[in-house]
Amino acid sequence: MIAWTIYLTFAGAVAVLLLPCVFARWIALLTTLAGLVLGIVAFVRTPIADLAHFTTIISVPWVPPLGMNYHLAIDGVSLTMVLVTGISAVSTVLFSWDVDHRQREFFFWLLLVVGGCYGVFLSADLFLFFAFYELVIVPKYFLIAIFGSTNKEYGAMKLTLYSFFGGMFVFAGIIVAYPTAGSLDLNQLAQFHFNPELQSWAFPVLFLGFAVIAGIWPLHTWAPAGHVAAPTAGSMLLAGIVMKLGAYAGLRIAMNLFPEGFQMWSKWIAVLAVIGIVYAAAVALRQRDLKFVIGYSSVSHMGFVLLGLATANVFGVSGAILQMFSHGVIAALLFAVAGRMLYRRTHTRELDALSGMNLSHALPFAAFTFVVASAASMGIPGFSGFAAEITILVGVWKTYPIAVWITGAGMVLVAAFTLRALVKSFFGEARTQTGRVPTDADWTEQSITLAEKGGACLLMFATLAVGLYPKVLLDRIMPAVEAMRFLK
Amino acid sequence: MSYLELLKLGAPEAVVVISALVVLAIGLMSQRVSAVAGVSSAKPPKKAASTVAATGWCSLVALLGLAIAIAAVLMLPRNANLFGGMLVITPLTSLFKIICVALAFFTVCLARSEKSLRHPGEYLAIILLATVGLMLLVGSEELLMIFIGLELLGLSLYVMAAFDKTDLRSAEAGLKYFLFGSTSSAFTLFGISLIYGMSGSTGLVTISEKLATVPVQPLLATGVVMTLIGFAFKIAAAPFHLWAPDAYQGAPIPSAAFIASASKVASFVVLGKIVLVGFGPLHGSSGWHSMVAGWSPVLAVLAALSIVIGNLVALAQTNVRRLLAYSAVAHAGYTLLGLVAGSRDGFSATLFYTAIYAITLVGAFGVVAVVRSETGGDDLKDFSGLAGRSPLLAGCMAIFMLSLAGIPPLAGFFGKFYLFSAALRAGGNYGLLWLIGVALFGSFVSLYYYLIVLKAIFVDEPPVTTRSSPDQLRSDLLQRITVATLAAAILFLGLMPDTLAARILAAVS
Repeated sequence: MIAWTIYLTFAGAVAVLLLPCVFARWIALLTTLAGLVLGIVAFVRTPIADLAHFTTIISVPWVPPLGMNYHLAIDGVSLTMVLVTGISAVSTVLFSWDVDHRQREFFFWLLLVVGGCYGVFLSADLFLFFAFYELVIVPKYFLIAIFGSTNKEYGAMKLTLYSFFGGMFVFAGIIVAYPTAGSLDLNQLAQFHFNPELQSWAFPVLFLGFAVIAGIWPLHTWAPAGHVAAPTAGSMLLAGIVMKLGAYAGLRIAMNLFPEGFQMWSKWIAVLAVIGIVYAAAVALRQRDLKFVIGYSSVSHMGFVLLGLATANVFGVSGAILQMFSHGVIAALLFAVAGRMLYRRTHTRELDALSGMNLSHALPFAAFTFVVASAASMGIPGFSGFAAEITILVGVWKTYPIAVWITGAGMVLVAAFTLRALVKSFFGEARTQTGRVPTDADWTEQSITLAEKGGACLLMFATLAVGLYPKVLLDRIMPAVEAMRFLK
Repeated sequence: MSYLELLKLGAPEAVVVISALVVLAIGLMSQRVSAVAGVSSAKPPKKAASTVAATGWCSLVALLGLAIAIAAVLMLPRNANLFGGMLVITPLTSLFKIICVALAFFTVCLARSEKSLRHPGEYLAIILLATVGLMLLVGSEELLMIFIGLELLGLSLYVMAAFDKTDLRSAEAGLKYFLFGSTSSAFTLFGISLIYGMSGSTGLVTISEKLATVPVQPLLATGVVMTLIGFAFKIAAAPFHLWAPDAYQGAPIPSAAFIASASKVASFVVLGKIVLVGFGPLHGSSGWHSMVAGWSPVLAVLAALSIVIGNLVALAQTNVRRLLAYSAVAHAGYTLLGLVAGSRDGFSATLFYTAIYAITLVGAFGVVAVVRSETGGDDLKDFSGLAGRSPLLAGCMAIFMLSLAGIPPLAGFFGKFYLFSAALRAGGNYGLLWLIGVALFGSFVSLYYYLIVLKAIFVDEPPVTTRSSPDQLRSDLLQRITVATLAAAILFLGLMPDTLAARILAAVS
């Protein structure tokens, strides 16, 4: 039944394109809501025992001569990702409620991205997986290049080319794995023993390809530029789901297929991840544009995911998956505040300009949301960020004790830039000399809309729920991770 | 062997020839009538009306003839072999005859709406004759017959390229294409004569048997390389691609579409047959550590050069047709990969790829034709804001461009995956990984310029001059239907590649 998330989303995309403009946003909302409901139903109803391994949902021959099947499967890891996709997608649509320029196209591209993500998280056939994975790239380009802001064509092209650059390596890796093992079925491939020499070079090729999308350190530069250029919905999707595609695929495919290659290279991944955490946090500290701050914070948080994966133990990897969920929600929330709640009303994202506007009084709901999001992002206990990062660090302590210390320093930096952004954007001193401070009357007519409140509440609920009771996810993630064979 | 039997087996070709003659007759008669009318009563409107009617009739007859030809191909026996391979019928030849005729069909549909052609009857008749050339090429395993097919095709294409007498560029395109093409024919003929001298036969199967016993000699190598060079011209593989940009840009659009699609498909089918059947024993190996002299390394070098040159030069183009020409060079390189691999899988991947590539290009040229008739040009700037003016065409162009770039769920994505994985599998010990690496890099580069086209269409604002013109493009209904059908075919073949791939795989044996 969870497979219907894919069909419904694509059907919704086509419907948006064919039906008149007035229906576009409602169709998009209904489609994404249906996806979320399907995810929740699957989450509640699937027995936990079934989620411990990659259980086939549907398998139909697609191109028999080449061994390609339309094969979907689910386990705890993919279910978690489907859930976060649903949550981000619904809130993304809610935060794009007022898009009126080329509305149908907007929601069409948006739903294609969402549908492609569902597809990636559920596919159990390498070719099918790759098709969904590449499918996501081009809609992002149009979302950003048509509907974006600051330097949008540059950001869109950069992001697309980086994604495709990664895709090139993924293609190479897949094409090596496929004829060697003679199969495209992920479960069969995960059983196949590739010879160690092959693994030693095929693993980095494949993993690097995926890591580009996940924003691994030296190849992360697309992320801030892309996030800033993207419309709010684009940033939310990018940071919320698309960056997770890379990390998820690295886990599901690169690490599962080439466990020995992974063991050879895992410490280098850890090194890059730690550099990413600290470097991105340090850069974020110096940014003037609020979206750049959040963009770099995404890179920093994705560094935690990669670090967790690199530990190759149950805690680290499960924590990484929890972090993917958590960051998906938190990043979406941060971008929603910065890109939608603030920028739509103040037409600036410059921290210095914002600090003169006395926004905490003018937009109390936005301020509240941003405080929650910042707290979650900093890893305050009670929010999902804390649960995820502590789980990762427990795992890291077992494998790379030294990395914990450096990461700890990185976390301080994360707290520093988050607080700086928070204070500057909402709680700055009102300085009348730098311009007119908008009065209450100006703001009431553009107060936070119901759609925005709904989207924000959904995301805040998700981060709080998981933060207070992470077991609900970990119970499903950990058995699935334990079943993977790369664990030390 | 009775003549009746020959006529039965050659029925599709005969049908196309007859319809070409009928079209020619209609065209000539209508022009005479209109000329007489013009002289006697000097009524230009009437003359125009009669020409339009004649165009309609000519197209109708041509389309009908091609449709009947497809039906005739379907009624052919599964296997037949006449005169030592001069006319061969296998599932493979039948399949590709259908594909070639279908491509000609769509080209005629595009030509129907082309306003700049002054003698539509002659033009359509030449398209049909070129189609006969294609069918002969596809359906023969004998070098002389192949050469005749090549010449029939080539001569028709030269005329088609130069057909727009009002445009200097068209004349340039025709002349360039003619000079390069006739040189390449000379190469081919020379190569064929050497091979005939070495093997004493012009039948591909006999040649292969002879070559297996003869050691490789310089003379034989010369013959093989000469033949390959001739075909490299035809498929526009670098460094023999220099005619392509001008021909694609200058020729009337239906001619360019035909040169880019059907002519290429047939050339790849024949090239594949010649190297795999005829020169089979001289395969050699192009693996990185296991290079062995043969035609495979030659093709590998051609492929790598085409991919690199085609993609890099395409980056700098501002004219869509020229861009398509350089991308065609790159695609010829990808397509050669399957032949370099030399396996059954590889050949079938090559055929699949070239077929879907041809469909894509006819469609892309269809969109270019509409834009050209509207804005009077086919530079990138003429495409800006197309999404606002005609969402249907913009969507179709997006499908074509993204399929060329290899983006799922379009046919080009499956084609590339099939091609590259077949090449890797055939290479043995990942020997061909270097070439696949080049191809993947090229395909990464190519996304940029395809996106530039799409950026012009979807992102850029329309220029001020066209904004004053009516919002909707007033294009021919037939043209729109053609383009939409081709786009739907690309999407369908991407979602259900099995429908074509399994057929080709079964036919290649």
